[in-house]
Amino acid sequence: MTDQAQSEGRPETDDGEMAARLSEQGSAGPSGLAVWLGIADNTFTRQKTVKFGDASAVNSGRLYSILTVIALFTLWWLATNLGWVKPIFWPSLGMVGERLGKLISDGFRNFTLWEHVWISVYRVLTGVLLGALVGIPLGFAMGLSSLARGVFDPIVEFMRPIPPLALIPLIILWFGIDETAKISLLFLASLFIMTIAARAGVSSVRISKVHAAYSLGASKLQVLRHVILPNALPEIFTGLRTAMGVCWGTVVAAELVAADRGVGSMIMIAKNFLQTDTVVIGIIIIGLIGYSIELLMRLLESWLIPWKGKA
Amino acid sequence: MDGLRIENLSMVFSLPNGGRIQALKDVSLHLAPGELMSVLGPSGCGKTTLLNIVAGFLAPTAGRVQLNGHEVKGPDAERGMVFQQGALFEWLSVERNVAFGPKMAGKPAAEIRQTVEHLLEVTGLQGFGDKPVYQLSGGMQQRVALARCLANDPDLILMDEPLGALDALTREKMQGLVLRLWKETGKTIVLITHSVEEALFLGERLVVMAPRPGRVHKTYELPFADRGLEESPRSIKASQEFIAVREEVLSMIWEMEEEIMGRAGAG
Ligand SMILES: Nc1ncnc2c1ncn2[C@@H]1O[C@H](COP(=O)(O)OP(=O)(O)O)[C@@H](O)[C@H]1O
Ligand SMILES: [Mg+2]
Repeated sequence: MTDQAQSEGRPETDDGEMAARLSEQGSAGPSGLAVWLGIADNTFTRQKTVKFGDASAVNSGRLYSILTVIALFTLWWLATNLGWVKPIFWPSLGMVGERLGKLISDGFRNFTLWEHVWISVYRVLTGVLLGALVGIPLGFAMGLSSLARGVFDPIVEFMRPIPPLALIPLIILWFGIDETAKISLLFLASLFIMTIAARAGVSSVRISKVHAAYSLGASKLQVLRHVILPNALPEIFTGLRTAMGVCWGTVVAAELVAADRGVGSMIMIAKNFLQTDTVVIGIIIIGLIGYSIELLMRLLESWLIPWKGKA
Repeated sequence: MDGLRIENLSMVFSLPNGGRIQALKDVSLHLAPGELMSVLGPSGCGKTTLLNIVAGFLAPTAGRVQLNGHEVKGPDAERGMVFQQGALFEWLSVERNVAFGPKMAGKPAAEIRQTVEHLLEVTGLQGFGDKPVYQLSGGMQQRVALARCLANDPDLILMDEPLGALDALTREKMQGLVLRLWKETGKTIVLITHSVEEALFLGERLVVMAPRPGRVHKTYELPFADRGLEESPRSIKASQEFIAVREEVLSMIWEMEEEIMGRAGAG
């Protein structure tokens, strides 16, 4: 009571002083640019006294990232232009630029660059889609029925640690090297990831939510559709992200082994012709697309599942 | 209409290691329609187990539960639940949470909208309808839980420490809301709580349970809930009469706790 009375009766000058001090602090603070570059603490972090061990007090260091990229390119430029490495082992920036222009205008071995990239992406999307279509219901069944769990547990647990690449020989024996072979491989690669993710999603449901739904009159089917399914979506989405990443790696490797189209086959064929610049371009494309897939999935996740981690 | 009848209820949990826990022993209670009974007792005395049996989530080892003359066999929309927290559907907005029960029952959309609107107003949630529930404070979330339960118009409402996770001030406010809702709807309510004050303030009847095995220790008939709407909650809680019962119940529970500690120390 007395506190309140005092603060209400506080003379004007005090507020003025306070404002002055605030603006002083503001002007003495780090500039927006320095904060963006990640080399200065923002105003909140500046007031923390414990910083070592507080991950949120570690700044982005964006300036250093920029410098690192510049340094790498400089090193590339120096190493190739001063003849430190032979072009056959690592091409010069100029050669890569020139080759990229040619690849874009003329394509590579009967296919345009976009066709190579698109066929790889298409294989991944199809494989993951099929894997999800089968894996999600399978994971749900395993999380909901002991029959399904008993039947599929040995298969899933056995297949889980086998790297998809180890299946390539068998897949080639069964399906040859056509499109079916690649899609089947990617299907298998994503199937078990999706099954396990969906099963984890089902078992992550808090029992009080299920109880609440039944007490609100929901039937078993309604509990499945309106509680267990939405509750499992975050885990399912994490599974999709993982499957996308794994399948992207797998498709490139599979194309290295046997394919006439795709980014993987492009770099393999280029290697046979000692076109190191095409190989380097292929590797950069693989990296960029893998990264873009991850970013896209994160974006989709924050759109579609905004409640993730907020239960 | 015969209310809730709990007869000679016993519950024994068999543990995986071969041990057995008698969570409830011979519990009998009767609750008339429209009555609010609060249940109090030290942690582990079987309050949640009792509520889970009445809700139909657990089958008792012995005894039976009847609501309005028929036996409780499983969960049903006639018995609504309000959990402590974390039982809201975080993928749904506030109004969709509240609409859940009527929607599952296939009620017409217009009717659902009317029910939801009314309940949001009654529980002080106007303007929050389209907010995702995870953006609300703990107190607001419990308002949603209350509204969601009421939307189904259940015969009996079971609450397991519904205000247990709230800070003291929010808690007092919410006690007022529970009291008002109870008076306005005339629902039969079983309220489990850890707070002696809350149990006394809200319960027309108070059941104090004792642990090991969980059983009814003492029952009180209380006048405070009836006065709760006319008098201010603060003045009721500060009255001589209230304080006297509060101290009696508190020391009763203290003794039980000491006994548990003593036994644990000896064992
Ligand atoms: N599913 C269970 N399996 C084994 N023991 C349980 C189970 N649920 C509760 N218990 C035991 O039953 C007793 C009563 O628990 P509970 O009803 O949760 O008490 P309260 O809600 O009063 O704290 C406790 O000793 C607890 O350990
Ligand atoms: Mg409990």
